[in-house]
Amino acid sequence: MSKVYVSHNSIVSSLGYDSPTVVQKIKDRISGLQAVSDPTLLDQTFCASLVDIEKLPETIGNPDKEENYTRLEQMLLVSLAKVIHTSKIKLTDRVGLIISTTKGNIDVLDDDNPFPRERGYLAELSKILKDFFGFKTTPIVLSNACVSGLLAIAVAKRMISQGCFNHVFITSGDLVSKFTLSGFNAFQALSIEPCRPYDKNRSGINIGEVAASALITQDDTALADESVVILGDASCNDANHISGPSRTGEGLYRSTKLALKEAKLQPKDIDFISAHGTATQFNDEMEAIAFNRLKLQNTPLNSLKGYFGHTLGASGLLETIVGMHSLHQNTVFASKGFKEMGVSQPINVIKQTESKIMDTFLKTSSGFGGSNTAVVFKKVAE
Amino acid sequence: MMEKRYFISSYCHIRNNTISLNGAAIYQGQHPDFNSLAKSAYRHFETDYSKFFKMDNLSKLGFLAADILLKKEGVLPENEENIAIVLSNRASSLDTDRKHWESIRNPDNYYPSPAIFVYTLPNICIGEISIRHKLYSENSFFIFDEFNPSHLFSYANGLLDMQKAEKVLCGWVDVDGPGYEAFLYLVNKKGGIVHSIEEITRLF
Repeated sequence: MSKVYVSHNSIVSSLGYDSPTVVQKIKDRISGLQAVSDPTLLDQTFCASLVDIEKLPETIGNPDKEENYTRLEQMLLVSLAKVIHTSKIKLTDRVGLIISTTKGNIDVLDDDNPFPRERGYLAELSKILKDFFGFKTTPIVLSNACVSGLLAIAVAKRMISQGCFNHVFITSGDLVSKFTLSGFNAFQALSIEPCRPYDKNRSGINIGEVAASALITQDDTALADESVVILGDASCNDANHISGPSRTGEGLYRSTKLALKEAKLQPKDIDFISAHGTATQFNDEMEAIAFNRLKLQNTPLNSLKGYFGHTLGASGLLETIVGMHSLHQNTVFASKGFKEMGVSQPINVIKQTESKIMDTFLKTSSGFGGSNTAVVFKKVAE
Repeated sequence: MMEKRYFISSYCHIRNNTISLNGAAIYQGQHPDFNSLAKSAYRHFETDYSKFFKMDNLSKLGFLAADILLKKEGVLPENEENIAIVLSNRASSLDTDRKHWESIRNPDNYYPSPAIFVYTLPNICIGEISIRHKLYSENSFFIFDEFNPSHLFSYANGLLDMQKAEKVLCGWVDVDGPGYEAFLYLVNKKGGIVHSIEEITRLF
């Protein structure tokens, strides 16, 4: 079976509007999280990372037309345009589009939102993107809770291997919205401080918003420098609870085991783990248990939630892109917010951003509905 | 590589007050809405799963169809079979999203509930099926404007070809206001109907 790569990529976030800018900020340990007081979003101060929509680079071409696109659509358009443009790939019937999101344009439910309610249907969002760029194939929307962004990479790889497409563009995004904030707040999961994954004094999650896009391709002739090969992937359900992670980390354990098996790698071959690390007690503890069962407890690990918050359906793709740059730069990034071990099983949380020669990394995500996804990536040999 | 052939071993529909298995009606009612149909079908099929009543309509719909189909196929939780679940629909979880929105739209009547919020993701329906049947397997929820047999066909084939699953529970589970429609089928290595886009379209 021919190799499938993650290549050109882009991140639109509170830390900047393209991957190199965002990655440099992470290297400098700058977080995009800040205290927000906005009663139209939540009736109390919260901590989040928000995209400054006014400063988005021009993509739409005609500024008068910007009002035709919702906030999320503008973010996705800017992010995806960058990847399509850089890759120079012609959008033929051999090119697919996957959109990963949990809630899409959920903000249109609000009476004050100028867009019609119909825009809340995810297929409407996919039509907007298809028409804007002129994709020839039917876009595929993947909505699988917080594993969506990472699972989208696995889905793209499978569809390419299956001969459905030669290239697949993935774009993923979710908003910080009244809808989502009120829900997580009802769960009493929101931290008013910047989140601290795996730390003893952690106090919950922050929600963040990004749009991230990437090209998945089997063509190795024009790859981006930071490209990686997808060596193995798997997605396993906990079959345990719809909102709480399994206490034994069953789904994460099984997904990682299967992804490593397909990659034909041993746990010791993994150079670092880009974990989920939401900074809730249950999630972080579950991951520590699963990684110990997998004998990955000594592998350097980070969570990027301290830089962006939890970006929901985009998090898996966003964090994979940062992981690719981390590999390429042979630099492990500190897990921001971590000081003192706050899980019951030992794990090797990265405290300092530092140089390290690396070849492979494991990315994992877990989410509501008992979903878990693990993907193993390897540097493209130079 | 020679293409392997797979089969559809069973399929189930729930729509228009009727539940059918492999094309034959097994339950018919005169219910004003889906919730009342679901309650009555739950009793009729002796489902015996108290968590059912906490589910939203999308999960109830997918759960019932899966339960009927997997029972017919003799799938038992203790066997922990490797059955992937690949579902799709048009409205995602919008039906429940609107309920959550109603609970937060008015600051003077603000009552968001975790029990509703958790169902504002379509894949919770897959989670409910996985818990009931102890399926620790691959799962994905796709959204399309209309039923997309060619995507389901190639994605299920991929999971089987790459040995990521032994069987795939596939289909369409959509709830949008008063409208509801479920069509689930099991892709298997043996069975009476060839797994093809034409057959999936015909059965739908």
